[in-house]
Formats: sequence, C-alpha cells, structure tokens
Amino acid sequence: MLLAALAGVVVSLMLGAAPAFEKFGFAFFTTARWNPVTEVYGAAGPIVGTLITAALSLLFALPVSFGVAVFLTEFCPPIIRRPIGIAVELLAGVPSIVYGMWGLFVLAPAFAKYVQLPLILAAPPGSLLEKLTAGVPNGANIFTASIILAIMILPYMAATMRDLFLTVPAKVRESAYGIGGTPLEVVWFVVLPYVRRSAIGAVMLGLGRALGETMAVTFVIGNSHRFPESLFDSGSTIASTIANEFAEASTPMHTASLVALGLVLFILTFAILALARALIGHRQPA
Amino acid sequence: MLAKRARRTAANTVFVGFCTLTTVLALAALVAILWSLVINGVGGLNLDVFLKSTPAPGSEGGLANAIVGSLILCAWAMAGAVVIGVLAGTWLAEYGGNTFYGKVVRFLNDVLLSAPSILIGLFVYEVVVRPTKGFSGYAGVLALALVAAPVVTRTTEDVLRLQARTLRESGAALGTPAWFTIRKILWRAARGGIITGALLAFARISGETAPLLFTSLSNQFFSLDMGQPMANLPMVIFQFALSAYDDWRRLAWVGALLITAAVLVTNIFVRILAREPRRS
Repeated sequence: MLLAALAGVVVSLMLGAAPAFEKFGFAFFTTARWNPVTEVYGAAGPIVGTLITAALSLLFALPVSFGVAVFLTEFCPPIIRRPIGIAVELLAGVPSIVYGMWGLFVLAPAFAKYVQLPLILAAPPGSLLEKLTAGVPNGANIFTASIILAIMILPYMAATMRDLFLTVPAKVRESAYGIGGTPLEVVWFVVLPYVRRSAIGAVMLGLGRALGETMAVTFVIGNSHRFPESLFDSGSTIASTIANEFAEASTPMHTASLVALGLVLFILTFAILALARALIGHRQPA
Repeated sequence: MLAKRARRTAANTVFVGFCTLTTVLALAALVAILWSLVINGVGGLNLDVFLKSTPAPGSEGGLANAIVGSLILCAWAMAGAVVIGVLAGTWLAEYGGNTFYGKVVRFLNDVLLSAPSILIGLFVYEVVVRPTKGFSGYAGVLALALVAAPVVTRTTEDVLRLQARTLRESGAALGTPAWFTIRKILWRAARGGIITGALLAFARISGETAPLLFTSLSNQFFSLDMGQPMANLPMVIFQFALSAYDDWRRLAWVGALLITAAVLVTNIFVRILAREPRRS
C-alpha cells in the first residue's frame, strides 16, 4: 500500500511535469521569468527563494534550538523541565496556517515598522546594507518568512536534540564534571562530540521541514516571481507558488510547470531526508 | 591560574545565559502567538459562529459549514488512516519488519511522514481530481488520510515492538495462532499507544491546509455531499485572512482560535493519556 502510494506520487508528478520539462528543458531551472500570459515559465525565482528561506531559517533556529536543548538537559530546574518541554512541543502542534496568520497580521507589520524602516533609513547609500535591505517596507518579504519558518522548525530540532543529549550516558557526563569541567566545557567537549552525527541529522530534518512548509510562507513572503534581489525583497518559494496558483492555473502548460516545481521540491526533500536518516542512523521516536 | 579560571567561569556564565535566553525566546514565541489568537479571536466568538454558514462580505454569518466540513473530512480520513496504519504497523512489527521489503516500506513510510503536505495534495489532484474533473470531499479525505496514515503506522509499530516478548510467547504456549495472539493480546496491551498515535495524527490533519487546496477546495455553503467541494476550517481561514473585508478577517481569527484550541487540547490530552499507567 505505502509503497504503491509513494511510487504513485513520483510517477504522477513526473507525468504531470513532463510537458514543462520538454518545452523549457534545462532553462526551466535557470531563468526567472514566470509569466502565465505569455506561457513562459522559469523556476529560478521560487527555487532560489526556497533555498534562501530554508537556509536563513536554519541559521536562526539552530542556535536557539541548541540553547533550548542544552537548557532542558543541563540547567533546568527539574520542576519546570516538564512544562517547558511540553510548551516547546506544543509550539510544534500549532497548525501552520495559524503561524501564517500570526505572521501576516502581527509579525509582518511590527517587523516593517521597527526593523525594516529604521534599517532602510539608516543604511548609507551604496553600501552593502542598503543592497540587502532594499524593498518595499511592508513586512511581506523573504526575511519575515524565514523568521516564521525558524519558529516552526525550532520545536522539532529542539526536541530531537534534547532526546539526543539524553542518550549520552550519565557516567560519561558525570566524569566530565568530576574532573572539574564547567557546563559549557562538558557540553562542548563531551556531549556534542558524542552526538555529533545524529545532531547533524536532526538539523537536516529541520531543513526538510523548512523546505516544504507551505501555508505560513504563502502568507508572508509577498509572492512575487522575480529573482529576489535583497533580504527584504518579496519573493516566493516552490510550495507557496504551487499553493497560490494551482487552483487558478488555466492552461495545461501552467499546470505542468507547477507540477514540475513540485517534483523539484520532492527530490530536494527526499535527498535531504535520506541524508538525515543515514546520519542519524538509528530510528527517532515519533 | 586564577585568570584562566575567571575566563572559564565567565565563558560558562555567558553560555548559561545564552541557553536560558533562547528558551525564554522560544516560550515567548508560543505565548505571543496564543496571545494574539485570544485577543483577536475571543471577541468574535459567539453562538452564530457554530450555527450559521460562512457569510458574504458585509453580512452576518458563522463558520458552521466549515466546522462541520472539517469534522467530516477528518473523521473519514482518520477512519481510513487508522485501518491502514494499524495493519501496516502490525505487519512491520510482527511479520515483515526485518525483511528487505519491510525495510523499504519502513523507509518509505518515514519519507511520507515528513514529505511536504502540499506534495500529497498535488498527488491526489493528479490521480483523483484531474481524472474526475472536479474537486470533491472524497479527494480531500484521501489527501488527509495519506498525511495521517504514516503517523499511525509509525506509532503502531513502535508500540507493538515495546510489548514484552513473554507476552507473545505465552500466547504461543497456549496454542493460539499468531494472528489470534496479535489481535486479542498484543493489540489490547498496546491500545493506549495506538490511540495516542491516532490522536496525534488527528491533531496534525485537523490543521492541514495545503493538501486541501487542490482537493476538497472549499464551499461557501453548507454541504454534506462528499462528491462536491467541501468547506473546511483551514481553507476558510486561508481565504478569509487574505481577504480585504474586516468581518471576514475577524471570522478567520475565530477559526484560527478554534483550530489551535482543538489541536492543543488534543496534544495535552495525549500527554495525560500517555502518562497514566496502562490499564489492562
């Protein structure tokens, strides 16, 4: 059953995408012109948008989830350990559409007002900062989308890392403390090396989630198919493009191009998951 | 010597501070989200929300059709997912788990488990919606079931693997066939865990929007016809939140509050259930 389902996914995506690949060939990946009216589709914009938002969100979420995991395993007073752990896991349970709404109505306006505008005003003309921050200050941009994504993948990564840290035998940890190590040194020189491979796997799992997340990103990224020119420029990801246009796609070529995008996304996430699985080695609790 | 020690202590203090800060940050995010949900959602919460269907902009209305639609879609999807998931999980744990085919199935199940849900929507569109030329509740159910089934499969397998070997052996010693042992003894012992898995799957699909975008679509009106596009909460929230009308947006907040509350309550319920000692 399951095998059939997965094979079905791949085959049907390939069949659906074939016309687009046939027509545009490799240029599908390298051009950024996406125009339903003239029937020219190039997916560079969404693909790059997907990679940038995923990478940025990982950049934000990695230190935070690491901190949370360490806090929960090393310093946290036992009484509040469980409630905090549950709270972090609840963060994972919030539906993505709710993140999207929150991002659109709360985070984006606040971000535009308190971060984006001051930065644009402060940036000296011609500087790198000006280039990075160029864009309409409405908060709907790649940067905001990355923050939302970071909040969404954070609980997964934090929970996996916490579980990993707990697999370090108490004996090993205690002997490190026994020779006088500070918590920082224990974590850095003992715990981390012990779980390094698996930790990288955990990060990859987070990355996989970030790549495929749809609704939250659709709300806040601004949805333009241009090649994004700055961090505060509006953009799109593969998933958000599909979500926005699929129901409205009127021509076969439009549909085929969107399905082709889906196939690209599928291959991306599949590769990352397989890699993560190989790194983690043993099976994670669900 | 002293300087070195001071440096180590300082580095450690910074580290502890950093970890504490990040935890506070993560919690703040949760609180901020819940807070804005409550602020924006509670005001619009009244009986009409549950009794009336989604309105045209400017007129009064509620979310009744969306709530009912969501419940129907989820119920059917769960029914399918539990059957497939429990059977597949049992097979993996008891029969074919270590064969080559079993390993392939397990790997693919994990891939499905974390595949982006929008791709599942896309797939169902390709195989169901396109051939039948119409969005329908059935397509939505299929998409949601595909999201939920891997979760159930995984938890079922994990729970069954946790059951003591002696349990299996005592079953065999009584001369019961394996299938009977599994059905009467192992499933019973693992019931708590399987229910937990099902509830988690339910929590997950009740908030899913992406797979419904091109399958069940949505419906402005109250409809129980599974062959037609069917209203559901996530889609209504999506449409209403992005609309330009204030009253639609208010309803979207109410819907978001309802969904989040349902999901969080389920999650907490699962935790309580999991902690209780298993009754036999």
